[in-house]
Amino acid sequence: MVSGYIIYKAIMVVLIFLIGLGIAAYSTYAERKVAAFLQDRLGPNKAGPYGLLQPIADGVKMFMKEEIIPDVSNKFLFILGPCIAMLTACMTGVVIPWSTPITIDGVSYPLQITDINIGILYVFGVVSIGVYGIMIGGWASNNKFSLLGALRASAQMISYEIAMGLSIIALVMMTGTISLGEIAAQQAGGNWNIIYQPLGFLIFITCAFAECNRTPFDLPECETELVGGYHTEYSSMKLGFYLFAEYVNMFISSAIISTLYFGGYNMPFIGRFVTDPNMLSILGVVFLFGKIFFFIFFFMWIRWTIPRFRYDQLMHLGWKIFIPLSILNIILTGAGILFFNR
Amino acid sequence: MTLYIFYFLSFLAVLSAFMVVYSKNPVHSVLYLIVTFFAIAGHYILLNAQFLAAVHVIVYAGAIMVLFLYVIMMLNLNQETEPHKSNYLKLAATVAGGIFMIVLIGSLKGVEKIENLNAANQSAGLIKNLGQVLYRDYMLPFEMASILFLAAMVGAVMLGKNELK
Amino acid sequence: MLTNRSKVVVNKKMTFMERIYLPAIIGGLITTMKHFFRKKTTIDYPKEKREISENYRGQHVLKVDEKGAERCTACGLCAVSCPAEAITMTAGERTKGEENMYREEKYAAVYEINMLRCIFCGLCEEACPKEAIFLTDRLVPVSGNRDEMIFGKDKLTEKHFNQVDISKRQTPEVLAFKQQKQYQHNK
Repeated sequence: MVSGYIIYKAIMVVLIFLIGLGIAAYSTYAERKVAAFLQDRLGPNKAGPYGLLQPIADGVKMFMKEEIIPDVSNKFLFILGPCIAMLTACMTGVVIPWSTPITIDGVSYPLQITDINIGILYVFGVVSIGVYGIMIGGWASNNKFSLLGALRASAQMISYEIAMGLSIIALVMMTGTISLGEIAAQQAGGNWNIIYQPLGFLIFITCAFAECNRTPFDLPECETELVGGYHTEYSSMKLGFYLFAEYVNMFISSAIISTLYFGGYNMPFIGRFVTDPNMLSILGVVFLFGKIFFFIFFFMWIRWTIPRFRYDQLMHLGWKIFIPLSILNIILTGAGILFFNR
Repeated sequence: MTLYIFYFLSFLAVLSAFMVVYSKNPVHSVLYLIVTFFAIAGHYILLNAQFLAAVHVIVYAGAIMVLFLYVIMMLNLNQETEPHKSNYLKLAATVAGGIFMIVLIGSLKGVEKIENLNAANQSAGLIKNLGQVLYRDYMLPFEMASILFLAAMVGAVMLGKNELK
Repeated sequence: MLTNRSKVVVNKKMTFMERIYLPAIIGGLITTMKHFFRKKTTIDYPKEKREISENYRGQHVLKVDEKGAERCTACGLCAVSCPAEAITMTAGERTKGEENMYREEKYAAVYEINMLRCIFCGLCEEACPKEAIFLTDRLVPVSGNRDEMIFGKDKLTEKHFNQVDISKRQTPEVLAFKQQKQYQHNK
């Protein structure tokens, strides 16, 4: 029984790891396609039908490129940087509840790797470590542009982590738990948290953009000012790791946004048409991935719509607007809980 | 199993703490300090205090050390520009460190009495119990600490302002 | 001011709705979404080709007559008329037995057009009294080598069995225009 449990968990871990990487790989393709379509172009269409083999071609290109490690940099830290970035990006996926448990022969198989009781805090912890990948890589490159990119990244991520955490506190006050599994289960039916927390959601998604270094907050790697930002000196697959980590982060944050605010695997009225619990949980995975894909598309949609912020504007937005707003949101939520639960 | 993990984590924590002091490069010192924090977070998990572990990682490793690293990366620290510390300062540091050690030993001496308070309680470190303890039994110290933080924040803002009117 | 679309910059205070930026962001998102569904302007080049004008001026051709003899008589009018000085030629004299190769007694032994200099204006075609040179709707193939871009007779002269269609450039109107002596460039 115990060994079967471990094997099942191992399969789940490998599966989610592979799905995460696969989605990240095809996000690069989707990004180029979406960018092209939003700009009246066609995008990559030469490698395979509709260019569907483009990520593989890109991967081969990344692996074949010459590996350059600057002579003056600290070699160990230079390699450690992209490793940390990739590791933390992949670590977050374990707490996301993909669906309700599937029951086969009376044995229940939960579609979540682990439902630790500090789910959200675990995500925050891992994300806050993620900044080290960028900082160490930027510093070890021994390059002015890399260092500036690393400094920008660290300042930006710390600033927006605060607002993100405060916006989550309001949600936690409402749900009364910080386990992602329970939060998802509470939103059964149409009872999504977005209805009660629109302001919190707005703050959270904006901070998620900043945490993922996505436009309009892609200052750590803005080409016009910093060449390549923190990964200026990187080449070959180490550069690939940085770029890939960004897409994995995007996938994970889309999953977390869907789980926290958009009901996770729940979909209203589906219980009327399907009653088989196993069927429902499989449909739940489909719904969750639908929501995740929408948010990944939204990330790209925003990227090709809104231009980059100036750095002082970014800091102004983070410290002087979002933090007071999220504190206001906490107060409003507290008042609401007191008023309605009297 | 738990014992071996404990030994490993303790070894890691002590070793990297030594490396913090002994490494020449300040950036390496900070990175070793981060490793130390992770080892201590591992200890918290062994004590069933997941919440404390997560907060420890977020606050210390994720925020404070990033700011440390931020400042150290901006300063161009190398051996030529290292400021020479006077013997006066060294003496003061030794005395302060010694006093701190006495305080630590003194406070740890009383620990043996409350040894078995919550050892069997698996959920002692969970967020719910911790909140109840903090807001019921230790309400006053908790609020005092928050006022202290507020004062520190106001002070930082005042210091950071360009001109005082 | 010509288009009546200029806007005067004013430093007015933004209203609350403008300051929260959300309506502007949503407006931008709608604009980009409209472009998402718009017809794409890309031409997928090797598969589909851009539609070109009827009298497109592309790579030159040296015509042969109906018997397969070269029409060019190496008079040099095209070279003189060429504003980019891209055409050079060396004249040769026809010997016995070459009547089916060259139409006149004098012919171009060497005829070169530097495609890097050519501006495809079509003046050579207009100057030619023998209807020997024409611009066609073919694109000049690219090359990574400057020497290859100097086209000799091997690349310019058409084959007798594979004549290049120039009917779009040699319409009756053009022929009638060429008959009028007062419009000739190089008298």
